[in-house]
Amino acid sequence: MEKDKFIKMALTGNEAYAYAMKQINPDVVAAYPITPATEIVQIFSKYVADGLVDTEFVPVESEHSAMSACVGASVAGARVMTGTASQGLALMHEILYIAAGLRLPIVMAVVNRALSAPINIHGDQSDTMGSRDAGWIQIYTENADEAYHSVIMAIKIAESVNLPAMVMLDGFIISHEMEVVNTLPDEEVKKFIGERKPLYNLFDFQNPITVGPLDLQDYYFEHKRQQMEAMFNAKKVIPEITKEYNDTFGTNIPAFVEPYKLEDAEYAIVAMSSAAGTMKEIIDEWRSKGEKVGLLRLRITRPFPYEEIRKYLAGIKAVGIMDRAETHSTMGGPMLQEIKAALYDLANRPRITGFVFGLGGRDFDDEQANTILTMVKEMKDGKELPLYSFIGVRE
Amino acid sequence: MKLKSWKELPEGAIIPGAPNSGEFKTGDWRTQKPVIDFDKCTHCHLCWLYCPDTSVLTKNGKITGFDYDHCKGCGICAEVCPPRIKAITMVKEEI
Repeated sequence: MEKDKFIKMALTGNEAYAYAMKQINPDVVAAYPITPATEIVQIFSKYVADGLVDTEFVPVESEHSAMSACVGASVAGARVMTGTASQGLALMHEILYIAAGLRLPIVMAVVNRALSAPINIHGDQSDTMGSRDAGWIQIYTENADEAYHSVIMAIKIAESVNLPAMVMLDGFIISHEMEVVNTLPDEEVKKFIGERKPLYNLFDFQNPITVGPLDLQDYYFEHKRQQMEAMFNAKKVIPEITKEYNDTFGTNIPAFVEPYKLEDAEYAIVAMSSAAGTMKEIIDEWRSKGEKVGLLRLRITRPFPYEEIRKYLAGIKAVGIMDRAETHSTMGGPMLQEIKAALYDLANRPRITGFVFGLGGRDFDDEQANTILTMVKEMKDGKELPLYSFIGVRE
Repeated sequence: MKLKSWKELPEGAIIPGAPNSGEFKTGDWRTQKPVIDFDKCTHCHLCWLYCPDTSVLTKNGKITGFDYDHCKGCGICAEVCPPRIKAITMVKEEI
């Protein structure tokens, strides 16, 4: 595609996601509304009512049913999508593992939102961090434009390895804010994603199969080993498909991680999603004052990109890792723990501290960003810091 | 039987080639087995009708015996055999 073929649209994250779904034109969408993801399937259901897509839309009575209907349709060979957030994802939890175990490439939008209690509708990542071992590919996007391109790529990635994928956008911060999104023409999207070629098809009556039978001590382990092989394959396929996408359309979407001003950095921050965008701004300010600081944005967490993390963080003196979620382990946020594990056997591993911030959608502002940078800089200069700190909470 | 490795099995934990439940022998679950007295049997087929495991065998309108590879010994056949006939008795399975 010629690079000037982008159609610029002013869209919120949810609108961009729904628009990508329209262009993908999935066979089945089964969904239940939940703030802040409601709009995605609400807008999509309008596309269905207006006859702009060929999708069978199944309005179900709960998220548990939504994911169950998605599994059923996907088993029958359909291309299936849905969207949810927070409590909805929690209610789907049981079926997430079934979608992954049956090797169904369902693609789901998750608009990150805090989990109850106390009840809160705003953006943090405790919902999807709680699903990180469910066997889904997990892609966290920084803005509406990236969310749009990521969902199109996610279809191809998921169907290449026969694993489900969830694409995340921060609740309200991305889902409800309007940005310029560089959209593609319908036919380009259609051409890029192609047709789904399922592993098996329950509706192939000439070759009957049994799906989901009891699988005990003598076979279960082999099937889980196959599922892990698919995740190993995803590590290979994700950079290839991302490169193909960028080469075809002239976009510049990073695959697993996005290094930002890390070449000569003495200390660095690891951040995800919209907070990474804020942090880049503040790092620019610090850079203009001569500070050698950079950022690594973590974009995909399943499969976990430990090679890339080691490549970019080896040799850096001090690293601060930001988590918009808690593990309630008293050992810090989930990414702090996983990144530490990834770096443990490096000879020149950095000193590391963690930051939990922004829970329940609390704004991540320049003051907090400056506090984090100051603390990591002090650690670089030899100061002892705690395992992790809470940023932006009233003491 | 040598079990297949993860590289040889079909992916997605499916079982190809349905129907194949007949390959799963459940006969050894039994603690008692049905025995039929053909001098009494009237071939009314009530046992055949009620057997939950399709383990009562029939040919040309005549009951011919039981499929002991799949009969789980539940005793429904003996129970439904008409009271004045009682052609089926359950006997303890010898190991």
